[in-house]
Amino acid sequence: MKLNMNIPEGHISEKWTNHKFNMKLVNPANKRKFDVIVVGTGLAGAAAAATLGELGYKVKAFTYHDSSRRAHSIAAQGGINAAKNYQNDGDSIYRLFYDTVKGGDFRSREANVHRLAEVSNNIIDQCVAQGVPFAREYGGTLANRSFGGAQVSRTFYARGETGQQLLLGAYSSFNRQVKLGNVQVYHRKEMLDLVLADGRAVGITVRDLVDGKVESFSAQAVILATGGYSNVFFLSTSAMNCNATAIWRAHKKGAAFANPCYTQIHPTCLPVHGEGQSKLVLMSESLRNDGRIWVPAKPGDHRPPGEIPEDERDYYLERRYPSFGNLAPRDISSRSAKYVCDEGKGVNGGKAVYLDFADAINRIGEDAVRDKYGNLFEMYENITGENPYKVPMKIYPAPHYTMGGLWVDYNLMSNIPGLFVTGEANFSDHGANRLGASALMQGLADGYFIVPYTIGNYFGSEKPEKVDVNRPEFKEAEQNVKDGTNKLLSINGSQTVDEIHKKLGHLLIDKVGMSRDEAGLKQVIEDIRKLRDEFWSDVKVTGKAEDLNQNLERAGRVADFLELGELMAVDSLKRDESCGAHFREEHQTPDGEAIRNDEDFSYVAAWEYVEPGKWNLHKEDLKFEFVELATRSYK
Amino acid sequence: MSEKNINLKLHIWRQESPSAKGSFEEFKVSVSPHASILEMLDDLNNRLEKEGKIPISFESDCREGICGTCGLVVNGHPHGPLPKTATCQLHMRNFKDGETLYIEPFRAKAFPVMKDLIVDRVGFEKIQQAGGYVSFNTGSAPDANAIPIAKEMADLALDAAECIGCGACVAACKNASAMLFVGAKVSQFALLPQGQPERYERVQFMVAAMDEAGFGSCTNTYACEAECPKGISVKNIARMNRDYIVAKVAKRTA
Ligand SMILES: Cc1cc2nc3c(=O)[nH]c(=O)nc-3n(C[C@H](O)[C@H](O)[C@H](O)COP(=O)(O)OP(=O)(O)OC[C@H]3O[C@@H](n4cnc5c(N)ncnc54)[C@H](O)[C@@H]3O)c2cc1C
Repeated sequence: MKLNMNIPEGHISEKWTNHKFNMKLVNPANKRKFDVIVVGTGLAGAAAAATLGELGYKVKAFTYHDSSRRAHSIAAQGGINAAKNYQNDGDSIYRLFYDTVKGGDFRSREANVHRLAEVSNNIIDQCVAQGVPFAREYGGTLANRSFGGAQVSRTFYARGETGQQLLLGAYSSFNRQVKLGNVQVYHRKEMLDLVLADGRAVGITVRDLVDGKVESFSAQAVILATGGYSNVFFLSTSAMNCNATAIWRAHKKGAAFANPCYTQIHPTCLPVHGEGQSKLVLMSESLRNDGRIWVPAKPGDHRPPGEIPEDERDYYLERRYPSFGNLAPRDISSRSAKYVCDEGKGVNGGKAVYLDFADAINRIGEDAVRDKYGNLFEMYENITGENPYKVPMKIYPAPHYTMGGLWVDYNLMSNIPGLFVTGEANFSDHGANRLGASALMQGLADGYFIVPYTIGNYFGSEKPEKVDVNRPEFKEAEQNVKDGTNKLLSINGSQTVDEIHKKLGHLLIDKVGMSRDEAGLKQVIEDIRKLRDEFWSDVKVTGKAEDLNQNLERAGRVADFLELGELMAVDSLKRDESCGAHFREEHQTPDGEAIRNDEDFSYVAAWEYVEPGKWNLHKEDLKFEFVELATRSYK
Repeated sequence: MSEKNINLKLHIWRQESPSAKGSFEEFKVSVSPHASILEMLDDLNNRLEKEGKIPISFESDCREGICGTCGLVVNGHPHGPLPKTATCQLHMRNFKDGETLYIEPFRAKAFPVMKDLIVDRVGFEKIQQAGGYVSFNTGSAPDANAIPIAKEMADLALDAAECIGCGACVAACKNASAMLFVGAKVSQFALLPQGQPERYERVQFMVAAMDEAGFGSCTNTYACEAECPKGISVKNIARMNRDYIVAKVAKRTA
């Protein structure tokens, strides 16, 4: 396997412009001769499908949802970044680029990140033109807020529903192309294999989720926009159906998987209420602007919060990070919460810390607090039954976003020619840690403004031929899918899919979660292998293959998580440094800060699949020509 | 969080396929008051799977009340008895120990049952495809601040745009009308400058698609607004009706 980054020559600020000029074009009349398959209709998929349709390509779009609008992107709350500098507070493309590289702890590719910052402004223009009702000032201009510790106000938002409004905007452009006949949409179909012919991606095999029919579709290029893999942990803030199957099966067909160990654990989520919990709910990070985080200073202090006097509380973030305090970055806040709970200082000895608004209410009054956070407080009360104006909120970190994903070059093409990967499914822009409000930006940048160009270049320069779905490669993939399904249905063991998935989640969050060490990682690799054997010998999947069978759908996804989980641990073990969200116990300062090792680990780890449990590592060296490597400090 | 479980009797709609005859099946469950109603069903399904029985088919995704995937009728109410709450956010502490719950799919001619609690809402897709957009191509947008929009208008447009497309309005309506769903999208664009050029074509296209998909007519009972998990206002229906009349009177036929 060879990794060719295809980064254009020139100064960082000219690379994308030069590249656009140098790219091969496809004559307008010829565009309709090219079929493109887009898997996923979230921000990254819907935006790409709509734009490719507008350009005249023939697009087939797939989703397992009943509607293209239901993708997980719909749930994003906080906002989307752009370097508009509408607030005149010193923002610029270069600053957004710099912040993103630094926020990612210097483990991302400079050229990609700069391009992201460049097109960020076009995204906002695009969305406004679609009729996305962003928040506005009284004068009628767009409003911004600062988000996730940024020093400038560059985040655009629509109440706490930014993802919904952006996705509905993309969905509307997408629907227009459906009406015009340029996009054909296939709902309730799950991609279960990628098909290659002569070394190129030429199509996919899907299972119809209503009648179980297995069939294939061909195209001259395939785009995977299938989202992230946080659900490998069982409990995460991702939607219930999010899964890694599309990218994992592509990986097994030869696509390199990059940085699987970079997973983000978000500090402000609701704690687990019991074994029956199905997913975790995110509480907006903005709450940390006014809430103070604390735990009882002594382990075993189970008094109600109101009875614990001020001097018997530990405001641990304020204590350890006096200058950033409660606003310390996500990875640091999350890890600190874990430490105090591991010491037995969590609420009632469990896994929760207090987020307390009492001081804010004293300072600015309950009404002012309601004004700022009313809807979040309501949501909290609705879910927990507790009134956060009276008792402090309880929060705990939860898996939230996956920076890792399929490896792509500057053109967002994987190492398999013709296979493009966009949005959270690729690894491209966030390095070892993603900043708030930049996932929506990346998904839309990839979909509207990058892949429609680079795919044209692929067609124009490679001139891939159409491939018939009756070729043996397709028949073989269909047979594999059917065999896999039948195998799952025939085991008839004693454990349910969820039971095994929960076990995997416990293993991963414990050993490949907020902090990791060599012994734990070696152990967990063994444990995951055992669990995988348990799955294949003792899982119970009910029902039939030719039917609407949600039990079977989940079984297939968990089978893939059981392999991906191992690779996450393998990658964590190999990366013998602490960086961003990846914290190795062995590499910290005496007071617990991460120590990066640029000498040995300034690379992207791209893993090539060999056989179950065996991978080859390929390294993409990261060069920092424009941003100086520095140690992050938030003290 | 260890309050005592509550015990419930459930009558759940089971139907093998669109053409099969369905019926209620009875289950007894013991559930934590902190669980959501969907987590209660997860738990029940886990039990059924363990016993080798076919679990209950129901849909959900975000479980945060925004994706619009879930939607059950609980004791006669789409999304259950709590106002402005989607099914996934309905927690069991709202029910009493010993209570009996009837759980059914959304019922409407245009939403045929596919299996158990899952219905087919493809009619909604057809309506959006017919005109739920502003015609403009990627890349041709002017600067986002080029057209100022009064905050009030932007807020009103967002009130309408918050519709999650779940279909509770249709399930709540005795005529199975989709007017609230359609009115919300028509209003969003009618309130904004971007939506003006196609305003009158859009409303006609979308209403025609709604009729074609088999949704009923509106007789102003407002059950839709009462059951809407996002509290979308029926004012959006009035706004749409006005535009529709203007379109027809002005003979701007599509
Ligand atoms: C609670 C929450 C809040 C967030 N808030 C923010 C925020 O404020 N700002 C921000 O920038 N980011 C935020 N994020 C992150 C951001 O929402 C996601 O990273 C982003 O939306 C991912 O978009 P996507 O298009 O890549 O994938 P998704 O939206 O996940 O879409 C995936 C699509 O792929 C389809 N799919 C997947 N697999 C298959 C298959 N095998 N076959 C067929 N179809 C398939 C799905 O049906 C779906 O259509 C948040 C995330 C969460 C969980």
